Amino acid sequence: MPKLKIEDLDKIVEQSKKTMSVRYGAGRVKITVHMGTCGISAGARDILSAVMRCVEDSGVDDIIVTTSGCAGLCSREPMMTVEVVQHPPVKYVDLNEKKVKEIFDEHVMKGNIVEDYALAIGGEQML
Amino acid sequence: MSTIPKQVLEESQTAGRDLSRFRMQLMLCSGTACVSSGSHKIKDALERELAKQNLDDEVAVVMTGCNGFCAQGPVMVVQPDGIFYQLLSDKDIPLLVEEHMLKGRPVEKLMYKPSATKTAVPKMSEIGFFKKQRLLALRNRGLIDPEKIEEYIARDGYKALAKVLTKMKPEEVVQEMIASGLRGRGGGGFPTGIKWKTCRDAPESPKYVVCNADEGDPGAYMDRSIVESDPHVVLEGMAIAAYAVGAKKGYVYIRHEYPLALKRLQKAIADAREYGLLGKNILDQGFDFDISIHLGAGAFVCGESTALMASMEGRVGEPRAKYIHTVEHGLWDRPTNLNNVETYANVPQIMLRGSKWFTSIGTGDVSKSPWGGSKGTKVFSLVGKVKNTGLVEVPMGTTLREIIFDIGGGISNGKKFKAVQTGGPSGGVIPESLLDLPVDFDQLTKVGSMMGSGGMIVMNEDDCMVDIARYFIDFLVGESCGKCLPCREGLRQMSSMLNDICSGKAEKGTIDLLENLCYTVRDTALCALGRGAVNPVLTTIKYFREEYEAHINKKKCPAGVCKALITYKIDAGKCNGCTLCARECPQQAITGEKLKPHKINTDLCIRCGVCRDVCNQDAVYVK
Repeated sequence: MPKLKIEDLDKIVEQSKKTMSVRYGAGRVKITVHMGTCGISAGARDILSAVMRCVEDSGVDDIIVTTSGCAGLCSREPMMTVEVVQHPPVKYVDLNEKKVKEIFDEHVMKGNIVEDYALAIGGEQML
Repeated sequence: MSTIPKQVLEESQTAGRDLSRFRMQLMLCSGTACVSSGSHKIKDALERELAKQNLDDEVAVVMTGCNGFCAQGPVMVVQPDGIFYQLLSDKDIPLLVEEHMLKGRPVEKLMYKPSATKTAVPKMSEIGFFKKQRLLALRNRGLIDPEKIEEYIARDGYKALAKVLTKMKPEEVVQEMIASGLRGRGGGGFPTGIKWKTCRDAPESPKYVVCNADEGDPGAYMDRSIVESDPHVVLEGMAIAAYAVGAKKGYVYIRHEYPLALKRLQKAIADAREYGLLGKNILDQGFDFDISIHLGAGAFVCGESTALMASMEGRVGEPRAKYIHTVEHGLWDRPTNLNNVETYANVPQIMLRGSKWFTSIGTGDVSKSPWGGSKGTKVFSLVGKVKNTGLVEVPMGTTLREIIFDIGGGISNGKKFKAVQTGGPSGGVIPESLLDLPVDFDQLTKVGSMMGSGGMIVMNEDDCMVDIARYFIDFLVGESCGKCLPCREGLRQMSSMLNDICSGKAEKGTIDLLENLCYTVRDTALCALGRGAVNPVLTTIKYFREEYEAHINKKKCPAGVCKALITYKIDAGKCNGCTLCARECPQQAITGEKLKPHKINTDLCIRCGVCRDVCNQDAVYVK
């Protein structure tokens, strides 16, 4: 390792951003893959891997990928929810890896909701 | 050494791994407390289960420094969700990994449940213990892997050093430190900036900076925790101090009983050297500074500045008179700036965010003099009869009540609060009537105690105040170096009087004699060990005099602790004659027929309390 210069400190901060942003629990986009028993048997595991690959390929560091239980619509699994900060969450259904890639490029990266695959915008009301 | 598992001292498993592609990070505490309650077993189980579920390239286990909530260990925080799990056992891990890491369903039964409501609190940020804390010295705890310098840098590490070296003259650093009002966190509360200035102005050279990591107060472990969870912050603070006072060489004096802290410190120094953050020409700015470690043997008195330096020079660890200041004539008779671990840990943030920001936290007004108040935060180790034992960091001026009841969760086992002892063996005991005291350097001194290094031992109705005073004096009798007579003989006499009181042999007038002896020792002992030793005695007499009087006049110990003054009895109304106590009694002092009330023969009884511990009917009591 060469000796650091002042500007190298900022470079390390930049490189570590993704590692650290997971720990702060803060990101620009949160992608939730629904991993109930129904989701897993419909292939949610591959969807999750596909999402992770997309994130890695894109090189961006402000995306949080997480899992949650069954979203309540077992017949339309695998599902995922994409939530851009300060926008309502969007639920996507009947996913495959190709669709994931498209949703990632359009919605996550550019902010355009892919209406063809979307089920609903917004979430249930919490009591 | 034997209590630390072998793998702790080996290379961290995540070393060299790029964590950026993991979607989830399990921040598992590997501070000394959690390690001793089994966090390495948890780590092995987690890695095994993650591999089983094919999650090992998505979910990373990160071993962090002390999380602070030591009572609930082993603890783990799951990020990015911020879910806090506690009291983990390796049997819980298969369920936890499948439910939370795979299916995303946090497991309620492993969450924290406050005793008042019994409902689980999933988020770390919502748990009372964490919510009221404000982290400054501990800002990286649980957030970084202490063995990775990159993670420290990612949290603005070494940025303050870079700022100081490029934008500030050493005099400006000193002025900024004076303006911040930071006072020494090791015990004395001396303004750090003034210390730096005196050291800088001293004519001799070379100069040294030393970090005092010889933490010796019973129950206090904040310095160990800082070094374990964030070693680089100490190195950076020392480097800034060295630049300010004009030193090129630094030492960390750390006790050998801290193997984990020592190992992380060694790694941190090696990494910092490799990155050019220690050594010659730091950050290419022409500043040279390097740090060596000096191992202490663990003598309490070596936390005293002059004794510490004597020990470093290879002499017997004895203090000397302090009218010759160590900032002018310290290590090897050279100007030496000695600060404690927590003090150094505050330095980088002060330099980075400015003294103005720092003075916005805490009490008093330091604009004219750093003695005018207590600024910033203080780390306390909250221990004793409190529910949430652990390390807490709060702004100066937080009341004792907030610390003990809001953060600490109150007294354990439904008992009543009696007193809190602050500042270690040289601190005093503070009664319930003063619970609303805002905690800072000056307020604690005013009530006869002191900040010390921040130990806070909570006591309940079952603690005898005379016995507590006796405990601390006996501790210090053993730790006194014996150089000066008031401490060597005075403490021994105090111990003898206190032991007499506890065993019912003391006569009327002993309290006055004891008090007078305290004043003499306080005025004449050479160092703070002897001078401070009287505080536990004086404060217990001041606030709990009736307890002393009961021991002497009525030959009774009201708290039921002092063995010579108590009798164990069995309540015939409650005893169901199960014979359990009779079988367990090591003296065979308990007799009675089956299913009929039993009796204790007080002549045979050695007051060990086993009968009370084993009784299911709560029938054994102390009189």
